[in-house]
Amino acid sequence: MIDIFYASVIVLILTIFLCLYRILVGPGVENRLIAVNTVGTKTIVLLVLVGFILERPIFLDIAIVYAMINFIATLAIAKYLGRGCIC
Amino acid sequence: MHLLNTLALIFIVIGLFFMVVGAVGLVRLPDFYTRAHASGKCDTLGVGMMLIGFILYEGVSQVAVKLLLLVIFTYITLPTAIHALVHFARVCGVEPWKKGDARR
Repeated sequence: MIDIFYASVIVLILTIFLCLYRILVGPGVENRLIAVNTVGTKTIVLLVLVGFILERPIFLDIAIVYAMINFIATLAIAKYLGRGCIC
Repeated sequence: MHLLNTLALIFIVIGLFFMVVGAVGLVRLPDFYTRAHASGKCDTLGVGMMLIGFILYEGVSQVAVKLLLLVIFTYITLPTAIHALVHFARVCGVEPWKKGDARR
């Protein structure tokens, strides 16, 4: 069962590289923002996998906090670019 | 116990498939709105399925409760963030792609 965890880590890192292509190339700020949000989503699963591989449950708390920061950052940047201020 | 491990393996593999499909859609599709469609739906389903697979692998414990909270939080917040981004693009005047246009 630990082998499928290692395989999942490798596949997730490859998908993160696919998203990095869109961050580098993508025209305009909105494509880059959606790619950054996708990378953050994959990082949540990656953190949980690292916690399972190293057998340290403290990584789950880091994953929860990372999910909150990802959500708030995306929402704040979208509002700032849409209205000109965060309000 | 063996049955639960097999079920967890199936869930994790299906979640990985959906995450790969979402990333390929993010690269291949021609427009911002179609990319938002691929990214939002596939990532939400992939994260949920992978975390449910981890819950089945772990069994009943404190870790499973934290993972369940993470699943619920992701299912609420990820579509909200994508919706905010799409609304920002619509307000700023990004035109949808039509058949025959150039890829953007």
